[in-house]
Amino acid sequence: MLQIDLWKRILIWCVVAAGLLMAMPNAFYTKVEQHNDAVAEIEVLGETPERLEARSGWPEFLPSSLVNLGLDLRGGAHLLAEVQVEDVYEGRMDALWPEVRDALREARDEVGTIRRQDGPVDELRIRISQPDGLRRAVEIARGLAQPVVSLTGIGSTDIQVAGQGDTLVVSLTDEEKRATDDRTIRQSLEIIRRRVDEVGTREPTIQRQGTDRILIQVPGVGSAAELKALIGTTAQLTFNPVVGRASSADDVAGGRSITLPSIDEPGAFYQLERTPVVTGEELTDAQPSFDQNGRPAVTFRFNPSGARKFGDYTAENIGSPFAIVLDEEVISAPVIQSHIPGGSGIITGNFTIEESTNLAVLLRAGALPAELIFLEERTIGPELGQDSIDAGRIACIVAFAAVLVFMGLSYGLFGIFANIALILNVAMIFGLLSLIGATLTLPGIAGIVLTIGMAVDANVLVFERIREELKTAKGPARAIELGYEKALSAILDANITTFITAAILFAVGSGPVRGFSVTLGLGILTSVFTAIFLTRLMVVMWFERRRPKTIEV
Amino acid sequence: MRLRLVPKQTSWDFFRYWRATFGASIAAMIGSVLIFLIVGLNFGIDFRGGTTIRTESTQAVDVGAYRDAIAPLDLGDVSITEVFDPTFGPDENVAMIRIQAQAGDESVSADTVLAVETALQTFDPSITFPAVESVGPKVSGELVQTAILAVLLAIGAVLVYIWLRFEWQFSLGAVAALVHDIVLTIGIFSLLQIRFDLAIIAALLTIVGYSLNDTVVVFDRVRENLRKYKKKDLKEVLSLSINETLSRTVMTSVTTLLALVSLYVLGGDVIRGFVFAMIWGVIVGTYSSVFVASAILLFLGVKRDWSKPDANAGNQYANVDA
Repeated sequence: MLQIDLWKRILIWCVVAAGLLMAMPNAFYTKVEQHNDAVAEIEVLGETPERLEARSGWPEFLPSSLVNLGLDLRGGAHLLAEVQVEDVYEGRMDALWPEVRDALREARDEVGTIRRQDGPVDELRIRISQPDGLRRAVEIARGLAQPVVSLTGIGSTDIQVAGQGDTLVVSLTDEEKRATDDRTIRQSLEIIRRRVDEVGTREPTIQRQGTDRILIQVPGVGSAAELKALIGTTAQLTFNPVVGRASSADDVAGGRSITLPSIDEPGAFYQLERTPVVTGEELTDAQPSFDQNGRPAVTFRFNPSGARKFGDYTAENIGSPFAIVLDEEVISAPVIQSHIPGGSGIITGNFTIEESTNLAVLLRAGALPAELIFLEERTIGPELGQDSIDAGRIACIVAFAAVLVFMGLSYGLFGIFANIALILNVAMIFGLLSLIGATLTLPGIAGIVLTIGMAVDANVLVFERIREELKTAKGPARAIELGYEKALSAILDANITTFITAAILFAVGSGPVRGFSVTLGLGILTSVFTAIFLTRLMVVMWFERRRPKTIEV
Repeated sequence: MRLRLVPKQTSWDFFRYWRATFGASIAAMIGSVLIFLIVGLNFGIDFRGGTTIRTESTQAVDVGAYRDAIAPLDLGDVSITEVFDPTFGPDENVAMIRIQAQAGDESVSADTVLAVETALQTFDPSITFPAVESVGPKVSGELVQTAILAVLLAIGAVLVYIWLRFEWQFSLGAVAALVHDIVLTIGIFSLLQIRFDLAIIAALLTIVGYSLNDTVVVFDRVRENLRKYKKKDLKEVLSLSINETLSRTVMTSVTTLLALVSLYVLGGDVIRGFVFAMIWGVIVGTYSSVFVASAILLFLGVKRDWSKPDANAGNQYANVDA
């Protein structure tokens, strides 16, 4: 008849207890959060009395994982950035040029003199003076190709070479472009992470989305604009030789030179050689400091190879100016006074202290390999988030109370069982959310409220069925048993279909939709569990103790 | 004494007025499509790009003055609406400003937002901006696609699942009910011009889930009763099944509505549209599982001989004069 094995009973109660235990920290949210922060800080920054006190606010032996609050509840900034992966191709071509040049020079007898032509930025076009030697030139250039380093690109090479008349056209193969794009995104992710970490906000979410996008969510930042200023700057630092000065951006010196504006003097432009002497990639350190006149400046140090290039260049070009360029703008263009052998230097400009500190952070974290374009920006103020939490909490409590009363009135004692199961059910949702480190968003709260409403459905199905069976079956025990048995297929079918939609929402949705699908999906799991195991166990335990001759559902 | 919303024993004939109910459903669907085509949905920035700025001030919202303050910036289509909510305190005056996507920009530049904020602040110093959201046209286009994809996938998955668990007629009936619910929801959103954003898609899919939940419970009982009463007319079996599950259908709808209504009233204005969609969906979904899904099942007929699965399929459909 109504029998449940002892081990099953123990297992059911263990699952419930585990759920409650995992959910418990959320009831003491602030305390646990302070504890967690303190633990993290002690690990990184060492112990202080305040941190120790905050840590002791929550006992070590209890679980301390919390439900993360989404940006809409906590406030903060959200950015979706697209990485302009094509930016990198140009640099690759520039880096390839000296190599190709040197290789072709060795075969000067056959190809004649060589000269780099202007063309699309992702191509390297080289004109040779003896068109007859083109075949040989193509061969030489092909010899420089390297195998692609990626899982999908096995067997292909990184560059393709074609000859057009007297011009050699070198470009990246599609496989190499894919591999490069992937590297670019990874680098961008890493650099954004470093920059966000440098300013020390907690629990930022920085993740890749799709092929070339990065999602950045930082709680507690004042506005998306602030965040954008920090991570949106490419911080591409280069040191270029100066060819001359110009008065407009169109005044190009010819050859491979570029004209860039000066940051400090509006209307002033510098003509620079396109290929830099050294770049910010070879920096090992940058710190905010002051120059000899007490104005804010940034000191930097090169790695050995950067230091050697910088040293050699300054030794050869004493007396001529060179430009310090940040993101296509000339910060300053000092004249080289002497050979600078040590590999360290100072950037001066009209900085404020804040600007010099920021620049140092950016230089230290490294330049973004490519420009970011922001597709989506959202700022949520912390007060609005708190309002939403408060409103959500009240709504949950009222919804809860209404459902509890309604169930009690409708099903009496069985309703009370269902109510206990419902309370445990919501606790278990929170437990699971904490366990998997899910993020609770405003639609997520709506998902929980919906679950409260729907969780009773499985119980209702069973109770209604028991009522029906009571009319025909041979006694209460049999009716209860049949009720559970026959309602099972409806419960499973109904919940599986809902779970399918939750799963689809999770798979294709993003942001709010995802948050909602997680709570909805977990809610379905817990409510099925509570209906077919927990309430049943409670009913059986009650029945065993009382052995009623008749029951009323 | 128990609270009972439905009498203990009911034997209502749910198909007596099927012409009226089915006709009403079809009329409502046509009406929804027409409203959608003529008036259209009030898409939020998630779907058409642009920027929304939420303002909060201790002074009363003066939409005209806000408009005048922003007008010199020449931002194209700007809509300003005041937001009312019972959860607001006496000093909370909230408005939503929506600015269309600016030509050439992926997301509205920080400068534009700053200009709007400054313009409003000079006019009302107490104004603050609790939320600023901006979505570029590229993303919004994709969001539309994923949203449509999500709804279609959900319907497709359900079609297959019910087909596997029941019969193809059940599956068509359930999907017809789903389409009915979604079309009617889009209709009401067009009619009332409630902002339609990404969260509403989540609500739509929940409606799909809920409506299905209801339909499946009825169908489950139909399947059971078809085995039990082999000789009974399909119409009677359907009506009996609906009557037997009626108490449960009403109970579940009421508990869900209790929860949703409290969220609607107390949950704040940010999710009100979302909750509204779900309330509407629960009501429509409950209706459709009886009057659309089951009615379709009645028209299509069902294989009656469940003891010999798949034998004679095709010539055993019930002959129903629907």
